[in-house]
Amino acid sequence: MDDAITLEKETLGNRAKTAVIDCDVHNAVPSIQALFPYLPDRWRDYVVEHGIKSLEPNYYPRGSSLSARPDSVLPNGDPPGSDLEVLQRQVLEPWNMEYAILNCLYGVQMIHNEDWAAAMARAVNDWQIAEWLDKEPRLRASIVVASQNPEQAAEEIHRLGKHPGFVQVLLMVRSEMLYGKKHFWPIYEAAQQYGLVIGIHAGGVTGYPTMPVGWPSYYLEDYVSQSQAFQSQIVSLVCEGTFQKFPRLRVALLESGFTWMPALMWRLDKNWKGLRREIPWVDRLPSEIIREHFRLTIQPLDESPKPEHLLQTMEQMRSQDMLLFSTDYPHWHFDEKEEALPANLPPSLEKKILSENARSFYRFD
Amino acid sequence: MKKYFVATVDEIPPGHRKIISIAGRSIGIFNINGEFFAIRNRCPHGGAPLCEGELSGFVHSPVPGEYTYTRKGEIIRCPWHQWEFDVKTGQSWFDPVKTRVRSYDAKVEQGCAIAESTGTKLEEGPHVAETFHVSLDKDYVVLEM
Repeated sequence: MDDAITLEKETLGNRAKTAVIDCDVHNAVPSIQALFPYLPDRWRDYVVEHGIKSLEPNYYPRGSSLSARPDSVLPNGDPPGSDLEVLQRQVLEPWNMEYAILNCLYGVQMIHNEDWAAAMARAVNDWQIAEWLDKEPRLRASIVVASQNPEQAAEEIHRLGKHPGFVQVLLMVRSEMLYGKKHFWPIYEAAQQYGLVIGIHAGGVTGYPTMPVGWPSYYLEDYVSQSQAFQSQIVSLVCEGTFQKFPRLRVALLESGFTWMPALMWRLDKNWKGLRREIPWVDRLPSEIIREHFRLTIQPLDESPKPEHLLQTMEQMRSQDMLLFSTDYPHWHFDEKEEALPANLPPSLEKKILSENARSFYRFD
Repeated sequence: MKKYFVATVDEIPPGHRKIISIAGRSIGIFNINGEFFAIRNRCPHGGAPLCEGELSGFVHSPVPGEYTYTRKGEIIRCPWHQWEFDVKTGQSWFDPVKTRVRSYDAKVEQGCAIAESTGTKLEEGPHVAETFHVSLDKDYVVLEM
């Protein structure tokens, strides 16, 4: 009996004698009506008159086992992650969370009407402030922007950039255009001005095939190939000189996986030596730029059958500072809390992943 | 240190090069705006004939979209992997300390000066005949190595 109690208290946070910072938690808009108090009349009536039921992007279809931990499903039928009290009970308390960063996945990036998209993004952000940030001091959030129009997106960042609850600007990895393009500079300029991280999350617009050579047939293919989109965005952001233009810009990759990173670094470095004349603003090894400016969340974990391979991956990235702890709640990637992190990590590394890397990257405290 | 007589000055006009073989080594002699430079014709990366590569300028940039293009004709790119080397120093652009090609002193000496020099021993260069038939009114490229 005593043993059971001890085990119960042995959260990851306790084990590493550190608080935990969760860099990817999903708060869900319960229904489009929940945003009505934050929408101007024009757009509220537009939504009603056009019979729009939801902008839920269906990245995680309800029937898929990945989509939600069984205990996160709400009895009233609202989407998992839409209830603050449940989220507090299932994420903040068991993990001894110091902070959890909310990434609200709501399909404003998919709307082709830029003005309506911007209005929906504003409504989501005001709803996040009222329903989440004002009610729970351990929560931080990402500013949702309609990236279709970077000037409008930057306006939203200027509107909210000084709000202490927002630590990040959320972009979706499958974008209409590669994120290194100058088209997106207004977003980066605003983010850098307020010290906000650019968070690039799995998912995005539906206009283009989700794999580089065409449309896949199956959800499995779509899900696994998200990491290809992340790699494309890293290549673009580095090669286009984003970090020469915005030297204080930081980018967090959310639900990206990370085991592919060493190979990408090697390939970029090797070819940069001979092809760098095309991109003369990149004046040092691309891997150095990546190590300085990018971080990656740990869940969903690309798990090797041999846990030591993950340590080797970190060694190959030549950094212990790049990984950020995440549960990706309510998406279902692990059963027991301890499974959220690779087993047998050295305690100092575990502490970095659980909180220190995020603390320094997001400038907490 | 030996001196090798490798070419007459008018053999290598500005912007041109001559590849010679000397003491078992292939070496490129370059005329950059009237000054002569010599580097080994062997890329330190994979052994390619570096001196056969494209001669171009140095392109760099303070910020995306702005290009600064300088030192035209002073940067050679390896024909295999396009690594860039400074012909004047042998240093690579991306790793000047560790990745470099051997460079040699190339000087211009007048034929009459060579003929008069007694303390300097001239070794046979690639142009054996010329080595021993110095024209007093011509200038010569001399390598010291």
